Amino acid sequence: MHELAVCQALLGQVISVAAAQAASSVESVTVAAGALSGVEPALLERAWPLAAAGTLAQTARLEIRVSPVRVRCRLCGQETETGPNRLLCAGCGSWQTTVLAGDELMLLSVTLVRPDASQAGEETHV
Amino acid sequence: MCNTCGCNITPGNRHLANRPVASGTTAVHVLQRLLAGNEAQAAANRARFHAARVLVINLMSSPGSGKTALLEATIDALKSRWRIAVVEGDLETENDAARIRAHGVPAIQISTGSACHLDAHMLAGVLAGLPLAEIDILFVENVGNLVCPAGFDLGQNHNVVLLSTTEGEDKPAKYPVMFRQADLVLVSKADLLPVLGDFRPEIARQAVRNLANPAPVLPVSVRGEPGIHDWLDWLEQALAALADKPQLATSTGFRYRVSSHG
Repeated sequence: MHELAVCQALLGQVISVAAAQAASSVESVTVAAGALSGVEPALLERAWPLAAAGTLAQTARLEIRVSPVRVRCRLCGQETETGPNRLLCAGCGSWQTTVLAGDELMLLSVTLVRPDASQAGEETHV
Repeated sequence: MCNTCGCNITPGNRHLANRPVASGTTAVHVLQRLLAGNEAQAAANRARFHAARVLVINLMSSPGSGKTALLEATIDALKSRWRIAVVEGDLETENDAARIRAHGVPAIQISTGSACHLDAHMLAGVLAGLPLAEIDILFVENVGNLVCPAGFDLGQNHNVVLLSTTEGEDKPAKYPVMFRQADLVLVSKADLLPVLGDFRPEIARQAVRNLANPAPVLPVSVRGEPGIHDWLDWLEQALAALADKPQLATSTGFRYRVSSHG
């Protein structure tokens, strides 16, 4: 199960963001895991509390956005949605396609609790 | 479009990346690949291999499909022409490294304990024990597993995936993440094809094409026909492509030309 290794990498990124922002804790973590990313969302969810135990993120909610697979056909140019083991063009049936989305495995955002944050809430980018 | 810098966040999916922010909290948008740490180490490994002009092959398959036997036959066939070294990944034992050393080439065993795959840091950890300047081909035999090794770049030039005839011709459809990134698929134990009767290499090839993967699918056998000529030929072409490539690239992609061996 490599989901634990993925969770440990995720935790490292979350903790470094939290430390840079001087957060007191992490409220939630949002991850994009495409259907072709090789990561099973249910296993990632189960591994997360194990990885996060004893850290600033130990009570953080993990949200996983599972994106479908989209391909662009190099022959007819159409962009279509497809399944992870059938990356064919839904238009012309060609296998000469490029995956546009669905293989990503990314940390999208982290919501932090900061002692000095304004009451209105704020957004920032790193 | 890449998965690194956030350019795959488009007007169509931006709402997924943003969320309302509750009072007293800060939403920080990160947009970083989860395995960025592994990918950075893989890039460092790749730069070292490139500097030493070593062809690095990441050999993957399920347990028991014949990776070590293929390496033994490959070493015997090529060791007079090329300097070869092997890194073996297994959960436990030095058995595979010992098998390789018996063929007269250096082999380093990585015992991963409970880890189901090699990663770029594990490989970097053993590179100090390998004289890269004196090696032409480094084979990394990954942990036998068609799932987890697919996610971890090691810094290799090529992924080679074995699919043995006893496993079933539809394996690429069952393990798409692994097979879509194969640069070469070897149908191993192909001498059993006439005995088994129900493994059709053309179905396996079609399953690889269904993953939008143009990789050659070559039947091989270390015992009897069809032998390993096509695989050796592919390796020679990969070596030639590497020699022709002065710039460091993530892939030394080359178009495999089928030889006269048939």
